[in-house]
Amino acid sequence: MSVKIRVKVNGAEYSHEVEPRLLLVYYLRDVLRLTGTHVGCDTSSCGACAIHLNGKATKSCTILAVQANGCEIATIEGMARNGELHPLQQAFNECHGLQCGFCTPGMIMTAADLLQRNPEPSEGEIRYALEGNFCRCTGYQNIIKSVQYAANKIKEEVIV
Amino acid sequence: MSTTNGLIGKSVKRVEDKRFTTGRGNYTDDIILPHQTYASFVRSPYGHAKIISIDTRAAKAMPGVIAIFTGADVADVNGVPCGWQVNFKNGDIMKEPKHPLLVADKARHTGDAVALVIAESKEEAADAVQAINVEYEELPCVVDASKAVQNGAPLVHDDVPGNTCFDWTLGNPIAEVDEAINNSAHVTTLEFVNQRLVPNAIEPRSYNSSYDSAYDRYVLYTSTQNPHLIRLLMCAFVLGIPEHKVRVVGPDVGGGFGSKIFHYTEEALLTWATKKIGRPVKWTSERSESFLLDAHGRDHVTKADMGFDDEGNITALRVKTFANLGAYLSTFASCVPTYLHGTLLQGLYKTPKINVDVTGVFTNTTAVDAYRGAGRPEATYLLERLVDLAAHEMNMDPAELRFKNFIPPFDGVKQPGYQTQVALQYDSGNYEGVLKTGLEMLGYENFRNEQKEAAKNGNLLGVGISTYIEACGIAPSAVVGALGARAGLFEVGQVRVQPTGKVSVYTGSHSHGQGHETTFAQVVADKLGIAMEDVEISHGDTESVAFGMGTYGSRSLAVGGSAIVKSIDKIIEKGKKIAAHKLEASADDMEFADGKFTVKGTDKSVSFGDVALTAYVPHVYPKDLEPGLDFSSFYDPANFTYPFGCHIAVVEVNKETGKVVLKRFVAVDDVGNIINPMIVEGQIHGGIVQGVGQALFEGAEYDDNGQLTNGSYMDYCMPRADDFPMIETATQVTPCPHNPLGVKGAGEAGTIGSTPAVVNAVIDALWSGGHKVKDIRMPLTSERVWTAMQSPNS
Repeated sequence: MSVKIRVKVNGAEYSHEVEPRLLLVYYLRDVLRLTGTHVGCDTSSCGACAIHLNGKATKSCTILAVQANGCEIATIEGMARNGELHPLQQAFNECHGLQCGFCTPGMIMTAADLLQRNPEPSEGEIRYALEGNFCRCTGYQNIIKSVQYAANKIKEEVIV
Repeated sequence: MSTTNGLIGKSVKRVEDKRFTTGRGNYTDDIILPHQTYASFVRSPYGHAKIISIDTRAAKAMPGVIAIFTGADVADVNGVPCGWQVNFKNGDIMKEPKHPLLVADKARHTGDAVALVIAESKEEAADAVQAINVEYEELPCVVDASKAVQNGAPLVHDDVPGNTCFDWTLGNPIAEVDEAINNSAHVTTLEFVNQRLVPNAIEPRSYNSSYDSAYDRYVLYTSTQNPHLIRLLMCAFVLGIPEHKVRVVGPDVGGGFGSKIFHYTEEALLTWATKKIGRPVKWTSERSESFLLDAHGRDHVTKADMGFDDEGNITALRVKTFANLGAYLSTFASCVPTYLHGTLLQGLYKTPKINVDVTGVFTNTTAVDAYRGAGRPEATYLLERLVDLAAHEMNMDPAELRFKNFIPPFDGVKQPGYQTQVALQYDSGNYEGVLKTGLEMLGYENFRNEQKEAAKNGNLLGVGISTYIEACGIAPSAVVGALGARAGLFEVGQVRVQPTGKVSVYTGSHSHGQGHETTFAQVVADKLGIAMEDVEISHGDTESVAFGMGTYGSRSLAVGGSAIVKSIDKIIEKGKKIAAHKLEASADDMEFADGKFTVKGTDKSVSFGDVALTAYVPHVYPKDLEPGLDFSSFYDPANFTYPFGCHIAVVEVNKETGKVVLKRFVAVDDVGNIINPMIVEGQIHGGIVQGVGQALFEGAEYDDNGQLTNGSYMDYCMPRADDFPMIETATQVTPCPHNPLGVKGAGEAGTIGSTPAVVNAVIDALWSGGHKVKDIRMPLTSERVWTAMQSPNS
């Protein structure tokens, strides 16, 4: 049995017949071939699969593709606009916020959601917001700095 | 050769970042090949069980199922080998029971593979796994190494008596050490567990193997730290297929920390199976499988005694360790508790007599092998806990006790290297330097006053020092060969100058987060005086890289970087001949700097780009010189490198709940010369958080039935962003005297130094409140710390 879904991903409309048990993350990775969204665990703990579902950071392994029917989704592949990287994408390079890069898309999507809600987060607020995203390489320190850097950059852009 | 454009030593931003920040990395699970099939495994739910029967009939009839294989199908295939031979004290070779690709007789740990299902989709493979009926007869389990050697313990392998893989000793004769301990004014004794850890690279292991019958060639994509090593082990030792017909690619790899060094059964099994079914087979581990299958780390049970004279000088060290190897011998399992642990027990101290005795033991648990630091964290933990506890027992300052016992500074050039009692010769060191800097950064004296004030108010503050040394840059092949390594540990670096002067570099090192594409390019661009954009670093593909031993043991820059420098030297030497011919001068009169070949003492010069073009368009060219500008070098190091440092932790312990909060962490690391300070600092941060993870959060727990009771991220406590303060780092530079870059390696330092610093800090906090606790078993959970405070001795 399969079910038809329609979703908008990074601005493009898609329609597919999917098995009801297909997780959204596998729909993105295996059907749409948007492989920037990663799978790091099977308990919705690690955050490597974080995307934006209707504008909110969501672990895409926690929901089924059929539940996303009619939703608007953004993945890491959709973060750059008109060829220009999102301030967080720039910041992670500037502040050495990544090493192996596997957790990075999820970190950026979660951090982007934080900065939308709270444009000037404290160090503690950033740490708390990223508590559901595991990184085994960086020790988190340069990820925190990346988010601070991006927050400042977004603020400057708004002022200009 | 002169440094030419100042790129070495700069915090250049990483060139590899963009593909990762935009979601365009290429990890093994991202690859789907034409006609792809998917694998899933039937795995033993028991820690130890006889396989009575396997019924695959229903599963075979299920939709999408292509093939099902069991242990009987691979009975004639070799198991995966061990790469390091350790001998028993009596000279007998260690016990190496077969690690089969699928078990046929009995399962020896939870997760042991019983059957392989290949289907059209992941879901269909998983469905068929559920339909396979295996009848088991449960057997008694043993999970603890010190219990497994006792009479009557269940045997993991029926032909390995006492579950003993080897017993091994190193250092001074035990009688001499016993005597020195007995004659000591003070002896500090510690019995402790260095608990088992799960590496937890965030990318789960993934393999995709294919066979092309038209060309009789295999391609294996694998999440590995060392593609050539995997190819060699799989072809020559397991499957008996010709190495030149197999391409192994380690594309982007999402962290390794040791766990992706080893040749795992699934790599060989998928490669065996792809030829059987004639289609590519892919398997990606689920996280719950990773917990049960990726080789674990540490798991030592140790008793150690450190003797002191009446002035606090260390007189002797005696160590007895039971090292848990798990159910099977993983690739480097035997060398980790021996040659990477026993050899580091000199530490930074002048200890005149040392004896270490290690028994390697099989149990009904996941295999244990190298995990970030590999043996050196265990050695450092042992030494630094003992020294710190001794200071508390003797009512001395822990920093002062260390200063008193440090080996004095030596540069390895004017002063010779330091010969230890445990086989190694340290290259260069300034140990008091890092401790002095660390104490200054912390404000040590002020802290002690603050601690006293806090104690008056009933608050428990503690400071913990750890000073470490490690052996990196693994390793001189002849030395490790004499110690039992079954491979050389050199590295390969090819530098191919293209006709336009652009440079392609092929390295046998493998980056899975270390940033080689940046650091190595800095080295090449600097040495050749060209722009970094003109250099590209390639790694991870046996098809393009001549050979390689891969990345582990903080070896990439010290060994892999040195191989590249060797090739650059050859390029410059040949370039001088080409340039001299163009300028009608003698090659001996040429010098190379700032990207130009110049006739010494003149302004006559020719650019690097010109020389490159001439090498490929050799119209006006030296008579006896080959065209081209492309050199490959093998670099075999003269010695290990010995990074060292000082880590200091400050903690607050809640006396009502036992909860530990890490307030500050100061790290001063000496990793020799530094190519990219930003990348080194990143390595240190990550290592420290992993090491603190061991001290405060992590630990694999088995019950008596061989069940891993915390085998998921819901149960195994990973360090998280909100567990840490900002780490304060500094570096000291004592160059390595024996490699061309003077580098020592920075990958494992953080993990090695940090764990005992945190535990020492907690013990120090408890002593400040009058709780004279000797040891608390890691991880230091609130419950364990609280319980320690309630004990009558405390």
